[in-house]
Amino acid sequence: MPSDFDTSDCYTIPGKLALPYTYFAGRVGSRFITTLRDRHKIMGVRCDHCDMVLVPPRQTCERCLRDLSDQWCEVGTRGEVVNYTVVRYPDRHQPRPVPFVLAMIRLEGADTPIVHLLEEIAPEQVVIGMAVEAVFAVKTTATIRDIDHFKPCDS
Amino acid sequence: MARRVAICAAAQIRNEADIWYQRFQGMLLECFESLVDQTGLTFDMDTGVRSVVTCSDDVLDARTISDNGMTDVVGAHYRGEEKMAQDGLNGLGYAMASIMSGHDDLVLLMGHCKESQSESRHMCTNLAFDPFFTRPLGLDYLNACGLQARAYLARSGLTEDHLSEVVVRARRQAAQNPFARKTSRVTAQEVSASPLVSDPLRALHYYPATDWAVGMLLCCEDRVHEFTDKPVWLTGFGSCMDSFYLGERDLAFSVALQQASRRAFKMAGGIDTGDIDLFELNDAAAHQMALWAESIGLVRAGDGAHWLETGGPDRHQVNRSGGMLNGNPLMLGGLARALEAFQQLRGEAGDRQVDGPQRALAHGTTGPAGQHHAVLIMEN
Repeated sequence: MPSDFDTSDCYTIPGKLALPYTYFAGRVGSRFITTLRDRHKIMGVRCDHCDMVLVPPRQTCERCLRDLSDQWCEVGTRGEVVNYTVVRYPDRHQPRPVPFVLAMIRLEGADTPIVHLLEEIAPEQVVIGMAVEAVFAVKTTATIRDIDHFKPCDS
Repeated sequence: MARRVAICAAAQIRNEADIWYQRFQGMLLECFESLVDQTGLTFDMDTGVRSVVTCSDDVLDARTISDNGMTDVVGAHYRGEEKMAQDGLNGLGYAMASIMSGHDDLVLLMGHCKESQSESRHMCTNLAFDPFFTRPLGLDYLNACGLQARAYLARSGLTEDHLSEVVVRARRQAAQNPFARKTSRVTAQEVSASPLVSDPLRALHYYPATDWAVGMLLCCEDRVHEFTDKPVWLTGFGSCMDSFYLGERDLAFSVALQQASRRAFKMAGGIDTGDIDLFELNDAAAHQMALWAESIGLVRAGDGAHWLETGGPDRHQVNRSGGMLNGNPLMLGGLARALEAFQQLRGEAGDRQVDGPQRALAHGTTGPAGQHHAVLIMEN
């Protein structure tokens, strides 16, 4: 603030944005979510042209623009940590009390890692390359958090 | 042949932590009045400003169609007005295209952002993620940068010491910039003692929440003389969008920035980094200056640590402003880079003035960990 700024009649009012939404998950997204919810299986799509298995799945390959909506393939519920960060700042949008680990996990059979929570391990013990497996949520939220978290496992 | 375009004038307020005492309209008005004073521009429908580009963000302003809150303040009433909701550097590219194509002679560009308004800027950026696969996990721009930092450090050999030195330099440079956010000078020890926020990033490795507003007047070559005798020409622009999912990008090298810069270099007449005297790279976090320098081809891929150790940023005149790292708001980081380049090319950068630069590169990012990149080439 400039040192000579006159702050008379400078009043702040509180505000808040809080608006519930309903999102259509899309046909591909719907099948991913319902398969995860009902069968505890993680599905990707395969692009034969790009020779890649993509998780999360999507209708169209962004690289070659081919339709992938019938190219379903199941990937593993186990995978490998390829990157991670330890989130240490608390905030309302965080899914857990801090500190918690957000890891990039390449599931068996997938080419693209997904981001998810890594728990049942101290943050200091996490190492790149460690094997992890999905722990499914007891109660469904019909989101990616039907996987509650990943935990370390034997490779 | 497309018409040449110049920035004729620029105006800004100081970057501050919390401009609680001014509405964003008031922040913009200061810039607007300065531009009128500098150039004598009018809003005559035949010879004055008929096109305005504004840059702002709905979530950060907490109102959708955020531009309709200030179109009257920036003279847009009954005129063409378009809003850029990506980094404001894209607004410059848009204004440039508008003039090159002959759509209009003059464009007024105005941008604002008050990161202080929301309880948490990280909650704002969490909303940049999709509601099914990523948002529920708490992803935001800070922890996305944390993931990117770990990937880049592993690839380039950067250590925490390098990150600390980048912050020390940013603060030192910003101390010479009267419009920079008033951040205190720090030592490397103070940086490495600041708390970890998203490993390996510490609190001082990430840009501080900032409020700011800026304006620029752009004009076609034929009429530049009406507004300035020191035009800065916009000769190249390129942009490129990377994958949305972090797992589908190379986080340690930005292919999108490589593509955006190549497009800008080609448009500017087939130049290369060796033809550029000054670089302003949009570093929201301390690892990004070297990462972006590699991605535009200024530094060989994977050589970021060596570049930092051997005085690369000073040798190549990178981020003399202090960079975004010292404090510019989201959505305006790239526009702040262009403003620094404008002042440097005009020889108006005061104590941080570089010796006679003729050509500069300004860079802006939009989205988590630099999903989208824009590159602008500016010349005397």
